[in-house]
Amino acid sequence: MSSLSYAAPTSVDDAVKLLAGSSGLAKVLSGGTDLLVQLRSGRLKPDLIVDTKKIPGIIGIREENGGFVVGAATPGAVVEAHAGMTAAWPGLVEALDLIGSTQVQGRCSLAGNLCNASPAADSVPALYAAGAIAVVVGGKGRREVPVEQIPTGPGRTSLAKDEFILEFKLPPRPARSSDAYLRFIPRTEMDIAVVGCGISVTLDEKGVCTAARVSLGAVAPTVLLVQAAADVLIGHTLDADTLAKLDAAAQAASKPISDKRGTVEYRTKIAGVLARRVAAIAFDRAQGIKNGKAH
Amino acid sequence: MAKTYVSATINGESSEFLCETQQTLLDVLRDVVGLTGSKEGCASGDCGACSVILDGRLVCSCLVLGVEAEGTTITTIEGIAQGDKLHPVQQKFLEHAALQCGFCTPGLIVATKALLDENPNPTETEARYWLAGNLCRCTGYDKVIRAVMDAAAELRGETVG
Repeated sequence: MSSLSYAAPTSVDDAVKLLAGSSGLAKVLSGGTDLLVQLRSGRLKPDLIVDTKKIPGIIGIREENGGFVVGAATPGAVVEAHAGMTAAWPGLVEALDLIGSTQVQGRCSLAGNLCNASPAADSVPALYAAGAIAVVVGGKGRREVPVEQIPTGPGRTSLAKDEFILEFKLPPRPARSSDAYLRFIPRTEMDIAVVGCGISVTLDEKGVCTAARVSLGAVAPTVLLVQAAADVLIGHTLDADTLAKLDAAAQAASKPISDKRGTVEYRTKIAGVLARRVAAIAFDRAQGIKNGKAH
Repeated sequence: MAKTYVSATINGESSEFLCETQQTLLDVLRDVVGLTGSKEGCASGDCGACSVILDGRLVCSCLVLGVEAEGTTITTIEGIAQGDKLHPVQQKFLEHAALQCGFCTPGLIVATKALLDENPNPTETEARYWLAGNLCRCTGYDKVIRAVMDAAAELRGETVG
């Protein structure tokens, strides 16, 4: 235990060197709301913790080329309080607002939620639906990776030992675009998703969907981006037939396990129900119809 | 492994301590600095008994490393009262008997202070959601919420003493 080292580098280069030079297990620290729990339980026994929060730009939100760039370690509460993000990405914001408690949201970050790689992570389906791009930095330089290529399994990512996420790029929003996220739990707060669903859409003047991304959480070893579900939305208004096809596509994509939170059959059915509800909220928002928090 | 030197402002006073990497801010506050008002309930960020305000933001001190506190400003339960004068949130918790065993109370008071700093006029629903991460196994929360709403009103100057 006492051999655990800590470093808080102030540049990307220094952080990469520390990660690359570590002889044992090195862990990247953002908000720490997962990492500290895993340290405490003994599930993780790193030799080095590299705290990224002192790297310039890794906390904060800026506009660039018509889209928002969110620093990887930006606390959820900062994103929730950002008027531009709330207007452009209400689904992503409401997903962050479901992570843990007020206290947890004061620390937890998009990068931490993504790289902890839980299939039930709340912000991750919303991030997939948003089409976010992760800016990854490491010894070989900088690369831009679609977020859905980061998690590879429960607790596993595609990042190399010396890599970490610096920031997330969210694409510019065309007119009549919006998103929504819902998670199903047996209560209203402080629980882990039985199923989560994030949907982002763009509509034309007649309410016909021209672009869509649909994502499901907690129904597979990783969060899923469900192209087949997006395909049934594109080219259609959200009528009863489209909703039925969306429900079926979400259910077909779901490959959950049975555990204390729900059985395979239950989770599969809920995935379809949530997809319908989330689509309705996202379509309403895209058409300027106000609805409150989805949860 | 040498300990790390950390300097922070705790309850308005500059403070210095040495800590090991794996020590949480809660461990440091309680065992090194000697501020034992913050409680350890779960040590996993679920119960809120260790709530402190870190650079203006409500956090669980069990989910922050002591070494991360370098250069920060921290308010703990010990920093809420003004000398001998209780903060209105503390006074209202007493008046409404919003506690029984008291273990969750420091965290609830710090969390309520953070809520009212940010939102002086919360609805009951907003207060309940804000405090969802502060678990109390005694009160059933009703007295807590009454104390919070009354403290908010008092801080807005809407009630008499």
